[in-house]
Order: sequence, then C-alpha cells, then structure tokens
Amino acid sequence: MIDLAVSRRNILKGGAALGALGLGSGILPLRSALAAPLTIGIVYVGPRDDFGWNQAHAVAAEALKSIPGVTVVEEENVPETDAVSKTMESMIQLDGAGLIFATSFGYFDPFMLAMAEKYPDVQFRHAAGLWTDKNPKNAGSYYGYLDQAHYVDGVAAGLATKSNKLGFVAAKPIGTVLLNINAFTLGARKANPNATVQVIFTGEWSMPVREAEAANALVDAGCDVVTCHVDSPKVVIETAESRGVKTCGHNASQAPLAPKGFITGAEYKWITIYSQFADALSKGETLPNFVRGGYDKDYVQNTAYGAGATPEAIKAADAAKADMKALKPIFVGPLKDNAGKEVIAAGTEHAPYDVWLEQTNYLVEGVVGSIT
Amino acid sequence: MTATSPAEVNAIPLRPMGDLLARLGRSAEAILIPLFALVAAAILFSIFLLVLGKSPAQFFSLLWLGGFGTPFSWTNTLVRAGPLIFTALCVAIPARLGMVVIGGEGALVLGGFAAAAIAIPFIGWAPPLVVMPLMAIAAILSGAAWIGLVGVLRHYRGVNETIASLLLFYIAVAIMNFFVEGALRDPGNPNKPSTPTIGKENMVGAIPGLDVHWGLAVAVVLAVLVWVLMNRTTFGFAARITGGNVRAARAQGLPVGRLIVISCALAGACAGLAGYFEVAAIQGRANASIAAGYGFTGILVAFLARQNPLAIIPVAIFLGGITAAGGLIQRRMGMPDATVQVLQGLMFLVLLVSETLYGRIPFLRPRSA
Amino acid sequence: MNGDSQFSIVLLAMLAGAIRVSTPFLFVSLGECLTEKSGRINLGLEGTLVFGAMTGYAAAYQTGSPWLGVVAAGIAGAVFGAVHGYICKLPKVNDIAVGIALMLFGTGLAFFLGKPYIQPQAPRLPSLPLGAWSDNPQLQTALQINPLFLVGLALALLMWWAFRNTRFGLIVRMTGDSAPAALAMGYSVDLVRFLATTIGGFLAGVGGAFLSLYYPGSWSEGLSSGQGLMAVALVIFARWNPLACFGAALLFGAAGALGPALQSVGVTAGYYFFNAAPYVLTLLIMIASTSPKRALKGAPGELSITK
Repeated sequence: MIDLAVSRRNILKGGAALGALGLGSGILPLRSALAAPLTIGIVYVGPRDDFGWNQAHAVAAEALKSIPGVTVVEEENVPETDAVSKTMESMIQLDGAGLIFATSFGYFDPFMLAMAEKYPDVQFRHAAGLWTDKNPKNAGSYYGYLDQAHYVDGVAAGLATKSNKLGFVAAKPIGTVLLNINAFTLGARKANPNATVQVIFTGEWSMPVREAEAANALVDAGCDVVTCHVDSPKVVIETAESRGVKTCGHNASQAPLAPKGFITGAEYKWITIYSQFADALSKGETLPNFVRGGYDKDYVQNTAYGAGATPEAIKAADAAKADMKALKPIFVGPLKDNAGKEVIAAGTEHAPYDVWLEQTNYLVEGVVGSIT
Repeated sequence: MTATSPAEVNAIPLRPMGDLLARLGRSAEAILIPLFALVAAAILFSIFLLVLGKSPAQFFSLLWLGGFGTPFSWTNTLVRAGPLIFTALCVAIPARLGMVVIGGEGALVLGGFAAAAIAIPFIGWAPPLVVMPLMAIAAILSGAAWIGLVGVLRHYRGVNETIASLLLFYIAVAIMNFFVEGALRDPGNPNKPSTPTIGKENMVGAIPGLDVHWGLAVAVVLAVLVWVLMNRTTFGFAARITGGNVRAARAQGLPVGRLIVISCALAGACAGLAGYFEVAAIQGRANASIAAGYGFTGILVAFLARQNPLAIIPVAIFLGGITAAGGLIQRRMGMPDATVQVLQGLMFLVLLVSETLYGRIPFLRPRSA
Repeated sequence: MNGDSQFSIVLLAMLAGAIRVSTPFLFVSLGECLTEKSGRINLGLEGTLVFGAMTGYAAAYQTGSPWLGVVAAGIAGAVFGAVHGYICKLPKVNDIAVGIALMLFGTGLAFFLGKPYIQPQAPRLPSLPLGAWSDNPQLQTALQINPLFLVGLALALLMWWAFRNTRFGLIVRMTGDSAPAALAMGYSVDLVRFLATTIGGFLAGVGGAFLSLYYPGSWSEGLSSGQGLMAVALVIFARWNPLACFGAALLFGAAGALGPALQSVGVTAGYYFFNAAPYVLTLLIMIASTSPKRALKGAPGELSITK
C-alpha cells in the first residue's frame, strides 16, 4: 500500500519530467549556471565504497549535499567509454544537472571535453591536472598531489626499515603511479641512502589475489615495509600486517587494518576542494577552472602515525611535512633513473606543481623494477 | 534424458513443412513464450525489490524513462544497441552449429586493438579513404582469427569452445595491454596507456539526424545479412543440419570442420567490427577502456533473441535501453549499479526455463504435430 | 644475488603460492567433478564462488565466527547448485546456458548484496603452522596452512576412493555414463544429478569463503577474476579424477604466483603475459589433454561438454 503511494508520486514526477522535455524537444531548459537551486552530478569509475579512490571522492562529496538548494545525483561503475558521455548527458537532460564532477582520469578526453562543448551552460570539473586554456571554458580540473604525501611516507619508511628494502605494490606503470613510487623512493633515500624500493606491478587497478601475492613476494624478497598504489589498498595492507612487516597506506586511512605495523599513509583530502567548491556555489560565484595543490593547500595529508613508526621516523617525517608545506621541491637535479640515465640535470629542479611531474615515465635510481 | 546438448536446443527441427497452422503455432510460440518469460522475470524482480523495500513501479517507470521515455533516452539506448548487435551475432552464428561461444569480448578487444595498431604508420598523411577501410579490415580479420581459433580448437582438438573462448578473452586483454603499455604506447599520454590517436579525419561520424555513430546502421545491415546467410543459403542450411546432428551431417558428406571454423570466424568478424567502432567512433585509440563488457551482454542478447539474427536487433535495443536506464535508476533510487545485472541475470534464467514450454502449450500445439 | 638463489626464491614462492591460492580451485573443481561425473555441467560455479565469498564474509562479520561464515557460504552455494540442478531437470533446457545465466545472476546478486561488507573487517580463518620444524622463515610462511586446504585434500582422497569403492560412487558414475542404464537399475537420474549439482554448489561456496575469509581475506567485487571458470576447465584437464584435481589445483595456484614472484627477483619484461599464465596454462592444457577422435578417458558419457 505504502509502496503504491510512493510509486504513484514518482510516476507523476516522471511524467512531469517527460512533459518538460517534450515541450523543450531537445532544447535545454533555460538555466543560470551556478545559482541555487542546483543539481550536481558526480560520476565514479568504480564502486563508491571501494575503500579507495572512489570512496575518497564519495565521502568528500557529502559536503556538497549539505548546501541548501543543492541536489547531488551520483552514478558509479561508469566505464571510460561513450557510456560516460551518455551518463553526463543523462544527468543534464533528465536530472537537470548544472555542474558535473567527473572523477576518473579517462573521462576527460574525448568524453568530458565533447560534453562541455555540447552543453556550454553546464559546468564540468575533472579530477586530474589535465585542463588547459585551450579547452572549453566551462570545463576545468581539480587535483591533489599525493606524491608529496608519498614522499613523507618514504621518509618515515626509510627510517623504520631494518633490512633497507622497501616494497611497493603498484597497479599500472602510468605517470601518476610512477610519480608516487619515485617520490616515495626519494623520501626513503633522503632519510636512508641505503634504502631501495622494489616494485611489483599487478597490471590491474583491482585484482585482490594478485595484490596479496605481490605483497607476499615482496616480503619473501626481504622487504620489511610495504606500501602500494592500487584502487583498494585493503588487501595489501592486511597481507603485509599478517606477515609481520610494516606498512604505509594509500588514498584513505588504512591505520585500523594494521594495528602493529602501520607507519603512516598518503591520503587525499578531497574534502578541502569540495567544500571550497561548495562555498563558492552557495555564494553564487563561478568555480575556478584549475584547482590544484598539495600539502600547502591542505589537499593531501598523511595518516596519523601508527605503531610501526619509530621516534626518529616521526621526527624526520614531520620535518618532511614542513618542507612540503613550504613548497620545497622533491624532484631536484642531478637525478638519474634506475637505468643510469640522467633525467634532471644538476642545477635544475621541478616545482611541486610542475606539469612535468605528471608526465613521469621513468623510475628513479634506487627503485628495483622496470616499467615494461 | 535431461542433459540436453546445445545442439538439440538450437537446431530448428527439420521435419517436412507441416500445415500452415503448425507454422503459425510455432511463430506464435516464438513470440509469446519469450514475452511470457520477460513478464515472469519482471514479477520475480518486483518481489526482490519489494523485499528490499523499494518500489517496483518507480523502478519500471524509471526504466522506461531512462531507456525510451525521451528523445535523449532513445539516443542513449541506440548508442548501446549497436555494439550489442555485433557481439550478439558473435554468439548466434556458432549457436546454429550447437556451439556456445562466450568470448566475443576477446575478439572485440583484439579487433579494436588491431584497427588502432594498423593505423599508426598511416596517421597524418594517408587519406581516410585508405586508412578507414584498412582499420576495419584489420579488425574483421583479427576478430575472425581469434574466434576462428576457437572453432579450430573445437573441431581439430575437441577443446570445449565455451571455456576456450573465455580464456582467450583474458589472453586477448593481456596481449593488448602488453602492446599498449609497451611498444605501441603513445608517449604523449602518460597517464592512460593508449595507442596513438587515429586522428579526427579517420573517425567514424554520426548518422545524420541522430546522435548515434554509423556502427548501429552497419550492425543492423549485418544482422539482416547474417539472417539471409543462415536461413536462405546452402551454407546456412548445412550449418543447421550440423547443429542438429553432427553424425547425420557427416553422413551426408557435409564438411563439418570447415563449417565450424567458418562460422566461428564469421562470428569473430562481427565482434571484431564492434571493436573497430569502439576505436574509430568513440575512443579514437585503443586502450583498456574498449573492453566495456558489450561482449558479455551480447551473450544475453543472443539467448533472449533465441539466436535469431533478426530478433537480435530489437532485443539489443531492449537491453541497450535497460543499460541506459541503469544510471538513472542508480541516481533516483539510490540503488547500486549491480541492480541491472541482477535483473539481466534473472531475465536470462527465466528465459532459459521457458525453453521447456516449447511444444507443450496446448492451444499453440497443432494437432498434426 | 646469483642465479641459483633467485631460482630457488621463485620456486619457493610458487610452492607457497600453490598452497595459498589453490584451495578455491580445489573446492570448485571437486564440486564440479562430482557434478560432471553425474552427467551434468555447471558453468555457473564462478557465480556460486563469488556469492559464497560474499555470504561467507557477511556471515562471519555478523556472527563473529569465520567457521559459521564457511558454513553459510556452503549453504548459499548449495542453493545455487540446487537451482541449477532443478532447472536443468526440465526438458529442452541447455545446462551450459543455465550455467552462464547463473554466473551472471550470482555475481550480480553478490555485488548487490555485498555493498555493505566491502569496508568492515570480518574475522579470518586461522592457519596451522606446519612449517615450525624448519629454520627457513620463507618455508615457515609457505607452510602456514589453512585447515580448509587439508579438508580439500582429504575430500579429494575420499571422493577418489568413493567413486571406485562405494555404491554411492557407482550410482553417480552410472548416471553420468548412461542414463538409460541407471534408469534400468531403478535409480532416478534426475534425483542423482540434482543432488550431485547441489553438493557441487556447496563445495564451490566453501571455496568462495576461503577467498574472502582467508586468502586474500577480504570481500571485494574483483575478488574472483575467473577462478570459478578456470576450475571448471581444470576438471577436464584432471580427467574427472579427484586426486588429479588436487594436483591441477596446486599447479594453477603456482601459475598465479608466477607473475609477482618473477618481478620480485627482477624479471619484469612482459609481466602481462606472466600474469596471464593461469589462463594460457589452462588453454594449453585443454589443447594437450583433449582429443577429437575418441571420448576422453574417464569422461562421463552423458556430459554435453565432451560430446
């Protein structure tokens, strides 16, 4: 009975939407882009509760829901094909979305760009540092530079290891992953020049059995600290903890998973960006096209130290955090890759938000492993 | 006898043409029974929703709205129907020979990859008139070779085609990733390993008046051609005999091995074309995203269409609509993405159960049969 | 590090991997072995495995007992097996297609119902330190064995013995080889197959519980990645012999460990192919172990997959 009433109301709602669209017959209803009431659409590439990348966004996006007059519609598991174009279009056409957050790298080109051209009245924001001023003005990027937090992880890990061998379980050899591996390694070797980082690529963003095998293989190879860059770090951290080695987290806090060996972890703080957006929206301001930052802007952080962090590791890591907040560059020449080739000449350095960083296609000296 | 082989299910009985009534009865069956199955699945799914405290009426009205209720919904639906037709054909053609091939996604991936790879030396200088057909041919041939291999293994080694084709899907993805992240990687795209882009000029455009690329039109034409091949030619006739009874086909001197391999190759060519359009009409390059699951939904389309190439067209549109509406259902009802998968699984299951009704409904059964 | 020690590291890793990773393969293949021996194929065990993994994790989390989780996973698997067994009993229904449908339905339902269990930590199954005698820490870890592995081994032995030496085994085999013969002896072919499929589902569900409750020991949507299907292929390779299923499961586990193990000693080129090793291995084994000319030795005569 109750269901019937609910459903009847919804049929009416559906009918109204239908009618409105029928009147417009393809022409968009008139809409001022950023004044309330506003519908915000958020698109995720995986399940919203994946204990990783998507969840980090979904949790932070909750901040948007509290703004009066704002409705948030969310869709998960949307692949990086024309399905995402259609999802965005569906949010615009059927839900009346005026702002869309596309949270996966592959959504940008060509899908989000095409939609931004097709719907100039709708604002599009993409979670990566890809937007340039050649792209549509109603599109933009926002991104947190997690390599800074991985650097801090590395500093702590370099001082927490006894074997001087650190392990890194990585999904795919792409720029942002390589950047995190390199930053972690540079941090570790700064604190402990004898440290090396062994990398195992699983080839998939989410493949729990192989991630566990990779963590085991690293421990078998003598690593006594293990960290990772995969979609959901739960399995890697749990496996490493059960093998009695220390761990550093990724994406979100994994501290509860490793009560004995957790050192610290690299975490996004998307909440900072989303609440800034939310503030701007509630004031009726236009969102900036390009938002990026790291420690200095509070877009990334490190998880509170766990039982695996030694006092000297904590001290050094705190100093590294201060360096990051002061925008001290991580990538400073002379720097060689792990094949001996020079990648940054002596006297050159790359500032924390240099686009060059995201183009990383090498592994720094001290990393054991290769990209191909 | 209960363990029915796929051959027995899919073969069309080759009894002499009965009276008109018998034929009418069979056509009525072929429409009424699947419809009945869909209704039954909808009822079961409604119960599932009610148990979860969700409203079935809201669910189905959103299904309608998101899939077919507005002009945009139709676009959304048709965009998804095109690849589904291709991949369903990849299931339906071997099914005529009694084979269950479920690895169409592998041929799609490899076809898309081959199309993007072959274009690389020509990008920027060769006219689209050369590059575009070359890409399509590469996709067709590699898809044909991939599923053709399944046929070869089946006939010459007796390897089960269902499992072999699925394993070949995983291997196809590994092959593509190996090249896309290695030798053929576009250095300008460090964060999404892809082949170099094929260029705007080599992209397939939209059908005039529709926001849907030409893949849909090609798929529809192809489905009609496959129907003609399977129902109006000697090849199709021979294939049906083989599917009905391999021993009888051999006794009649039919080249069973060749029929199996050619059918599989044709099937793979269809899936390969789907891969071509994923690259040439959507992505503009090959990367891991071309494996978006159309190959697997295609299995469901083919079975719902009872392996009939013409029926595949409306069924693909129907399932395209369900997928298109899936997003709206997530957003409005706060249900997880797996909702559509549960519905599809249920439909598939009930439809298979309904197979048992054929020839057993009294008022549809002609007395002569 | 010299070549010898690297080789021994990889070998040890593969041994450890074989023991860690093989258990789900073992349980699914034993279940499928029983089902196929009775003359029916259940391709849907991938769905059963995933649903079992979710149910086991959820039950262990709710009750606090991982062993209750295993039981719950087994029961859920048995329900899926029973559905398969019942549907395939109907005339004109294709058992392969029903398997595919159940695979889709089982994984879909597991994903749907499993959303709230991705985050929480359920209690894990314990392991037995069978390597305590050794000084080698790697070997000690490799021999941290889960009781389910031993149960699987015992079950393989039991089934192997029972197929040959018990009336129950004889009935199952007869049903699988010739339904008319079984009917003539007064046995209900449908009932035998229904029970065989149900028990097969139970075992696959338990295999799923191992995935979520022991190794890797967490519920997520990418948990299985085709292990249930590979296990079905493995039965053909093992020629429907439960003992051979045990050996084949170990081999598959080792193949899964190959990619990460090789990378850990510095062999990185082509890791995509090493990671695809289980799939390639399955295919090669199927090619090598089948024959178009004659029925496979040990193959149940009624089985649609070998016709």
